[in-house]
Amino acid sequence: MGEGGDHWPGRRPFRRREPPPSHSGVTRRSLLATAALLITTSGVSARVVTKVLPWKPNDAYPVTPVVPGGYLYFTANEAAVVDAFVDRLIPTDELGPGAKDAGVTAFIDRQLTGPYGGHDWLYMQGPFSSNPLPTQGLQSPLTPRQQYRLGLAALESYCNTTFSHGFVQLSPEEQDKLIAGLEKGEVQLPNFSSKMLFNAIHGNTIEGYFADPIYGGNRDMAGWKLVGFPGVRYDYRDVLDNPNKPYTLPPVGMQGRPAWGAR
Amino acid sequence: MRLRHLLVLLPLLALGRAAADPDNYVAIERGKALATAGDCIACHTASGGQPFAGGLALQTPFGAIMTPNITPDNLTGIGSWSKDDFARAMHEGRRPAGTYLYPAFPYPYYARVTRGDLDAIYAYLQTLPPVENRVNRNTLPFPFNIRLSMAGWNGLFFTPGEFKPDPKRSDEFNRGAYLVEGLGHCGACHTPFNSFGASQNDKYLQGNQIDNWTAPNITNDMQAGLGKWTVADIVQYLKTGQTRFSLASGPMKDVIENSTSKMAEADLKAMAVYLKERGAAGSPAPAPLAASDPRMQMGEAVFVDTCSACHMRSGDGVEHLFPTLAGNVVATQDDPASLIRIIIAGGRAASTDTTPTAPSMPSLGWRLGDEQIAAVVTYVRNSWGNAAAPVSAETVKAERARVTGAGD
Amino acid sequence: MVRRLPRKDVVIVGLGWTGSILAYELSHTGLDVVAIERGPWRDTATDFNIGTAADELRYAVRQDIFLRPKQETLTMRNNPSQTALPIRKWGSFLPGNGVGGAGVHWNGQTWRFLPDDFRIRSHYTERYGEAFLPEGNHIQDWPVSFEELEPYYDKFERVAGISGKAGNIKGQIQPGGNPFEGARERDYPTPPMKQGYQQELFSQAATKMGLHPFPRPSANLSAAYTNPYGCSMAPCTFCGFCEWFGCANYSKSSPQTCVLPALIREPTFEARTECEVTKVNLTVDGKMATGVTYVDANGEEWEQPADLVLVCAYALFNVRLLLLSGIGKPYDPARDEGVVGRNYAYQTGSGSLAFFENVNFNPFAAAGSTGVALDDYNSDNFDHAPHGFVGGASITCAHTNGRPIRFHPTPKGTPNWGSAWKKAVHDTYQRVASVGAQGSVMSYRNNYLDLDPTYKDALGRPLMRMTFDYQPNEQKMANWMADRCDEIAKAMGAKSTQINRLGVPWNVVPYQTTHNTGGAVMGSDPKTSVLNRYLQSWDVPNVFVMGASAFPQNAGYNPTGTVGALTYLALDGIFNYLKSSGPLVQP
Repeated sequence: MGEGGDHWPGRRPFRRREPPPSHSGVTRRSLLATAALLITTSGVSARVVTKVLPWKPNDAYPVTPVVPGGYLYFTANEAAVVDAFVDRLIPTDELGPGAKDAGVTAFIDRQLTGPYGGHDWLYMQGPFSSNPLPTQGLQSPLTPRQQYRLGLAALESYCNTTFSHGFVQLSPEEQDKLIAGLEKGEVQLPNFSSKMLFNAIHGNTIEGYFADPIYGGNRDMAGWKLVGFPGVRYDYRDVLDNPNKPYTLPPVGMQGRPAWGAR
Repeated sequence: MRLRHLLVLLPLLALGRAAADPDNYVAIERGKALATAGDCIACHTASGGQPFAGGLALQTPFGAIMTPNITPDNLTGIGSWSKDDFARAMHEGRRPAGTYLYPAFPYPYYARVTRGDLDAIYAYLQTLPPVENRVNRNTLPFPFNIRLSMAGWNGLFFTPGEFKPDPKRSDEFNRGAYLVEGLGHCGACHTPFNSFGASQNDKYLQGNQIDNWTAPNITNDMQAGLGKWTVADIVQYLKTGQTRFSLASGPMKDVIENSTSKMAEADLKAMAVYLKERGAAGSPAPAPLAASDPRMQMGEAVFVDTCSACHMRSGDGVEHLFPTLAGNVVATQDDPASLIRIIIAGGRAASTDTTPTAPSMPSLGWRLGDEQIAAVVTYVRNSWGNAAAPVSAETVKAERARVTGAGD
Repeated sequence: MVRRLPRKDVVIVGLGWTGSILAYELSHTGLDVVAIERGPWRDTATDFNIGTAADELRYAVRQDIFLRPKQETLTMRNNPSQTALPIRKWGSFLPGNGVGGAGVHWNGQTWRFLPDDFRIRSHYTERYGEAFLPEGNHIQDWPVSFEELEPYYDKFERVAGISGKAGNIKGQIQPGGNPFEGARERDYPTPPMKQGYQQELFSQAATKMGLHPFPRPSANLSAAYTNPYGCSMAPCTFCGFCEWFGCANYSKSSPQTCVLPALIREPTFEARTECEVTKVNLTVDGKMATGVTYVDANGEEWEQPADLVLVCAYALFNVRLLLLSGIGKPYDPARDEGVVGRNYAYQTGSGSLAFFENVNFNPFAAAGSTGVALDDYNSDNFDHAPHGFVGGASITCAHTNGRPIRFHPTPKGTPNWGSAWKKAVHDTYQRVASVGAQGSVMSYRNNYLDLDPTYKDALGRPLMRMTFDYQPNEQKMANWMADRCDEIAKAMGAKSTQINRLGVPWNVVPYQTTHNTGGAVMGSDPKTSVLNRYLQSWDVPNVFVMGASAFPQNAGYNPTGTVGALTYLALDGIFNYLKSSGPLVQP
């Protein structure tokens, strides 16, 4: 029983009773099957290391690829608003796909289901000051999940009050004007900071547009192609040897590129 | 107080005994070196267990065999064995009571060891701390648990007899032959088996697959074996697990760490001379796949993006760290098992006192699919002057199941 | 309930660069050494797998391998009249975590401070008069000179394999190197790194201006190398994922590549990971350390007795541990008394962004130390008299990456979103070079570290509070340097340039640098220092404290080279201590 040589003597020195194949440190949240998660390393209690550098076969801590389709956090309405919003932030134009077409909404959705969404790694102990110095940074107790839920609701409420319909129904020009107002803090959303909402969506849009496609955004490496970033190729000695020349190899992500064929 | 006097006396007594019988100490030291060459500790030590106390489960197609306790414990080890008993086990594969041992214990190779050397190993084993460890020695299912059947197997496949030096060869060659064919039992991994699990002696050292690793051809064949290696290369490999183009991984890494890196350099050289001068045998190389072949194109894309940072675009690798792939015979063996599994599961090189780094190949099974691995392995096997049969996605898939334990 | 473990000869708090070096050197002599690290073990092939390492979102944005603020953070304020608030998400600086510490995620820029840096107070007083020193300063001479430290710099550079070009070998100026550097015995162990096209333009322009550019010394190696510990490294591939990332191909100097493989083979060494040291324990009279107490990942408390305690937990956390353990007198700025937390300093950053046309800078092809530097405006290499500030900066044309989430420059005035933004990003990405000045920060009475009265860490202990702002001296110096950078940027042929001035008041949000120095400084006088020249505590002679916390003030360079050198100097002291016990220096 167990993996064995096909022949015997199946000589296998120091065949340890190997632990079950590593699930790469995936946390409970990975039960959310298609979420792209950031994996914490290692497990419980002290790891005592002596004599030999620890190593096990198959050990790696990859992120779980986002499988597109549906939303795990956003409601359909929220997703529609975010889609329209990010479409204005980075529009599709002659330079190529914009944020919406690049899958940024799915990216944000999946990020919100992971540790980022709950600010799990941040210092969230109180007391929370309501008037920090500008130099003291983030002091709000609101997690990104809360910011989106509350902020998008406030945005919709504002739009319905001001325009008699929601954000999605506004014309692109109206949307641009509104977004600019949020960005500058000139628009007053009910019970929510407009700057906070803008910064959240804008920041996550940049992330989703330029992060590795494994996270659900930057579809077909559209963001990378916009700027000419080759991705994760990890070897650019040829570039140093040929200064000031255009780089022509197509970009590659953690999941490869078309020339690799399907996985 | 009195106890301390007693303790002082004992070393004096021991010294006295040593003074009276200096050969005993010398024999024990010699036995230790021979046991290192034979790598007894590798099989006779369970994971996390005491050295030589047995209990390691050796996997065979017929079931798992637990290795015996060879510490001198009277009840559970070989404390009650005489040196004749030990010699019989090594030379004939028989226990003191006459029962047969299975050739999972490579007695067909240990049979070549001289009686004098066996006595020295015996003397060394008797100095180990006795460990009480009762090992279940009857774990094979019916009908394989009928040890008597080994009588027939021995009749067909086992030729007993100590090593006989060849008068036409140099002393160094014969020393190497004695070590390789005997204690080294290199053929136990590096020679293909027949369907009865016996080494095919007409294909001696021409390569084999062990535990999803390729044990390569180590004849002096230029295309498939050690033809491009010098004696110095082989010695360095056995000593450190590295040469200017290759790094040991898998079971051979363990052999190097436990056994060959601790052997005398003169012995390693003798083994190298033997391997280089024994002759060459191996299948000829096929024609390499054309670079335009779609598998090569796919493989090249994967290689450039994933592999070249370490192994270089030219396949040259980096000394001490990343093996060369260009002209590396391990890459072009008939059996591609090592290449496939090391991409999937990763691998770690040997760590020795002079070469502690033990660089590791990262595990990429999560990143690359079966077809992509088949393509990049095919590419490596047919680039930079390499030529070997392409690899299919089915082969990769089967091996993946075995090395990731996905089937467990 | 604290359980007591069997005694060890040496306990090391933190297994980063300094902890690894000391662990190896001491266990190699047969001493029983245990290193206790609160983060996880990290290994190249597993944790910096080539397939997972190059992930900007995970490592640079979400900060996966840094210390999680949830576990520990600091509170900050700019001056003592304000209320400090927690740094809830790292920004300005990014403390590391795990085995290897910052040695895993650093860029690899490896410098020696200049000779004048070590006697800065005396030097400025001699040349410019004491009144020239800035108001409220705590500037101090170091208790060691460059000449004394030189062999230790050499030692660290050889262990790390640093790639560079010497500028002054035994007094002979070497073409292509830094003519201002202190005289060294021999060249770097590996040749200087290749540079990019921006650096080429910078070199040409700077040389024409009569300045002295040279390739920046690099812990991203130019060639395969095996160090004196037997550990091997590969040449750097300019992958552009250096700072904040682990290196996948053994080409960045780190404890993983340079020390751990040899260290782990030492039979008397043991590492315990995911265990947090909460306190250095002292005898009742407080005069000797008896060991440490730590909490393991299950929350259980253990006491590890030891004869020698080496605090290697990173500059900031060293200071906190001393405060929480009652070692040395805590600093009180109101009275200007006490030493632990005193003389905290940082680093200035300013410069000029240069926009070009018709170039392919390929910013993604970079090593962490890619850059050509010049020291003409560093230390006191120029006449300060007309300028009214103290200190200087190394000026470098550097690029370390082109990772697009954080690097997508646009000219000033470009909107932050929309098609216009998109076009500007598309047009600019390949065409921006940066000339930057990394400058010194003096120490001041009101820049310091102490314990926060309100906020606690995950274990319920007070966080450390950082009170810091850039003072007028640093503002003046950094902005003057920005103008110098701009001159060079224009001389490079830039179509337009954009000056970046020093951000004042110091803002904790945008990333600036993780060069936190001071708080447990070395000196000759126990009234103004925590440690003597061997980094031995004046108060508790079997406690030594490594790291940049020892710097009396910061110079115009990255700190790691000097941290490494001081570690080897401290090692000499530790060996002497093991022979003779007691204080190594009489104040």
